[in-house]
Amino acid sequence: MNALLLSAVLGVIMMFSGIMLKQKSSVRNIAIAGMGLLLLVNILEMNGAVFFKIDVRGMIVFDRFALLFDTIVFISTLLYLILSARDMEKVGIHYADFFALIFFILCGITLTSSFKSLLILFLGIEIISIPLYILTGSDKRNLKSNEASLKYFLLGAFSTGLMLMGIALIYGTKGSFDTIKLNTFTQAPDLLLIAGMTLLLFSMSFKVSAAPFHFWTPDVYDGAPTVFTSFMATIVKAAVFIAFIRLFDEAFGLLQSQWQLLVAIITVATLIIGNITAVFQQSVKRMLAYSSIAQAGFMMLSLYAMNTDAKEGLLLYTAAYSLATIGIFAVLIKMSDYTFDGFNGFARQQPLLAATTTIFLLSLAGIPLTAGFLAKFYMLKAALGTGKHLWLVIFAVLMAAVSVYYYFRVIQAMYFKEGNAPLVHVTPVFKWTMIVLAALVILLGIFPNLLLNWYYF
Amino acid sequence: MVPVLLILIPLLTGLTAFFIKNERSVRSWVLFSSLITLVISLLGFTILKEEKYLQHQSDWMMAFNSSFSVKLDGMGQLLCLLTALAYPLIFWATWRVSYKKANNFFALMLLAQAGLMGVFLAMDALLFYFFWELALIPMYFLCSLWGGEKRIQVTFKFFIYTFVGSLLMLIGILYVYAQTADHSFDINSFYKVTLSGKQQGFLFWLFFIAFAVKMPIFPFHTWQPDTYEQAPTATTMVLSGVMVKMGVFGIFRWLLPVLPIASFQWGDIVTSLAVTGMIYASLIAMRQNDLKRLVAYSSIAHLGLMCAAIFAENKSSMQGVMIQMFNHGINIIGLWIVVEIIERRYGTRKISELGGLAQKAPALAILLVIIALANIALPLTNAFAGEFLMFNGLLNSAVTKYYVWFTAFAGLSIILAAVYMLNMIRKVFYGDTNIITETATDITLNEKLALGVIVILIFWMGVYPQGLLNITNEITDSILKKADILPMLPKY
Repeated sequence: MNALLLSAVLGVIMMFSGIMLKQKSSVRNIAIAGMGLLLLVNILEMNGAVFFKIDVRGMIVFDRFALLFDTIVFISTLLYLILSARDMEKVGIHYADFFALIFFILCGITLTSSFKSLLILFLGIEIISIPLYILTGSDKRNLKSNEASLKYFLLGAFSTGLMLMGIALIYGTKGSFDTIKLNTFTQAPDLLLIAGMTLLLFSMSFKVSAAPFHFWTPDVYDGAPTVFTSFMATIVKAAVFIAFIRLFDEAFGLLQSQWQLLVAIITVATLIIGNITAVFQQSVKRMLAYSSIAQAGFMMLSLYAMNTDAKEGLLLYTAAYSLATIGIFAVLIKMSDYTFDGFNGFARQQPLLAATTTIFLLSLAGIPLTAGFLAKFYMLKAALGTGKHLWLVIFAVLMAAVSVYYYFRVIQAMYFKEGNAPLVHVTPVFKWTMIVLAALVILLGIFPNLLLNWYYF
Repeated sequence: MVPVLLILIPLLTGLTAFFIKNERSVRSWVLFSSLITLVISLLGFTILKEEKYLQHQSDWMMAFNSSFSVKLDGMGQLLCLLTALAYPLIFWATWRVSYKKANNFFALMLLAQAGLMGVFLAMDALLFYFFWELALIPMYFLCSLWGGEKRIQVTFKFFIYTFVGSLLMLIGILYVYAQTADHSFDINSFYKVTLSGKQQGFLFWLFFIAFAVKMPIFPFHTWQPDTYEQAPTATTMVLSGVMVKMGVFGIFRWLLPVLPIASFQWGDIVTSLAVTGMIYASLIAMRQNDLKRLVAYSSIAHLGLMCAAIFAENKSSMQGVMIQMFNHGINIIGLWIVVEIIERRYGTRKISELGGLAQKAPALAILLVIIALANIALPLTNAFAGEFLMFNGLLNSAVTKYYVWFTAFAGLSIILAAVYMLNMIRKVFYGDTNIITETATDITLNEKLALGVIVILIFWMGVYPQGLLNITNEITDSILKKADILPMLPKY
């Protein structure tokens, strides 16, 4: 509850700071300080210090799962702001507004991670989506950015329509929005309920860019200014996933036999489309867009399995994926040339950045000693724990092997190829933050309990 | 204590080596580190050989019962000794080779050593997998950064091959884990697990492909000659001397004891593949003009024999494999050192461009002939003991009815080995000198010392293999007991 209110307030403060303050650096500093404060109050809430007690009639419940996920999101956002806030200056003149929109998105994320009612879920998803449409189109003079924004808005609105339709059908059969009440059955489930659930499944799949609802992703991620792609592809995607797994665990857990095969098919499609298409990309930015689809495929395994391993694993996965991808994007923003060849010889120019980027790429590829490996490990373990569909696991693993191809292309370009990567100037803070990120990725790869213990204690 | 040190010393000194910019100091530093590792490994045989020094266990990921559990048993001890022995030899023999960014090169070499040690010591399936991959990553960078012209594609192929193999193994590990009674990755839980014949049937391939790629067994071998050729020679020595043993070791440690029924069931097919590979690789080796490729193919043939002997599943063959793992490592490193010397001194490794070296470099010629004869497994050399035991085991194997054929074809490859090794010696060292070898000089004292150590080991292990047999006696019995499927069969 602390974070929910504070993030909304911070959003408003940031809007006004754009008018009050002339200096861009002070706007930035306020945003980073605010982010730190947000993280702090959320951690305090995890330790039992709730500052606001508002009767929400059980529609929002901040349990361990929600709070821990919010913490992961806030840590990622804090690191993201430290790394990339400077680069937002180049996007447009409404510098402070970008921060305001980011805080509003975080407000939406706290809702999607803690909802107990379908209404709140809808509210959360919308609060996340609308600022995203704006951020995507924030590079106003760039045609691609405009196109991406419009495309995103139209398709996003359509999928929100599907979601509302689904919620309406469910309300029609069960007479309640409450997820707990939805999950009670005595006889065979109603056809309307199944239809509503399927619509929800499709619209959520759209939001996490699972195939075959992924077509917006490459264009939007590619068209949006790279700083915001970074935010969209990591933190926002993770948040929607948490909502996804929460929804299907709490509201439709008993219907698992109805949707499990459907989810398995979506998983396979997402894995194959994400990985195979990523192989053929020439631009690192587009490759990362497809890689985000591929990673979504792996995260879908948690939805498919839906057991304790899956929920723990998804937390770890979102952390591992967000941290690594934020790091790679932070470097990518600094590059002038987004093709693979643009990275040629990068290791000689910037040994430290190249080394940390390598760690992030290894993590995304799922190499042991990095968080990415354990995240994938949890997913595979969860999926094997269901005891059926072994082919799905083997397929996922083969796709992970394919992913090595395109992640390692960046490593090859950085280390093994001669070339003139642009000389990038980075601040010491940037370098240290990258080291912290890399250290976090490795630390979580050896001791996942540093994170997962919070889930229980 | 000993196993932890064996992993930690290369790991920590390796990480330190990244920061030593001066090439001479970093060389001395890694040589020093590898010598310390060797001493500790030897101490494990002598002063510190009590049980309590040879194992260590501490909590790691208790959420799914995986612990940092390492132990030196006979087989692990032998392979750790091989690793510990190989490294100083490699550093010493390649002392004169200069690398750009030497600090990174040597640091990665030591990190690979830490990974290798971990593989041989791990007593926990997840830990084993961790180290299995960790040994690979430094190798990938070593070969890609300091290799030959085609290094990037070749190394990438190598990486993808092994990575796919290991991922399949990961599924296998997870599957067995799910079936264990106490849901634990501990090796003893794995040994106790009961799996039906059907489950074992497919699990076998999930594990075996990972090991087969590493060894490599025909038809998974295609990465190997290219990688050996393109990699810097010091790295090739690690790859062929130590790293290929990971595959053989994996079969011993994980495959046979955990999946005994499947090992029996698929044994004939695997042995056929191995024997085919032996003949195939030997025939190709005969036609090679490049010294590195010749040694690479000869290595495929030798590993094929080891694989065939494992699935013969009796004491003679298994002990043969264990001591041959050690001896093959010594011999092949010796061969690589000679290849490296020839390439560095005379600027070529094409057999057709060399000739008459014996007149100019008699010491090199004598040492190479000894090593080459050991590679053909002549009596009194170390490989003879191992190969004799393996053939003996193969011929007396009770688990296959094709043992005669397997032995015959495997034996054929020994003859072929003599053909290509002796042919190589004849072409490179005898005959007339040519423009390249006209001005050749003999090897220096340093190089004599490195090769001398190898020759001493060859004779020592050849004349008195009992030491090796004693070390591996106990572990062979215990593996055989676990791999024995007779008690599992229904009584008639």
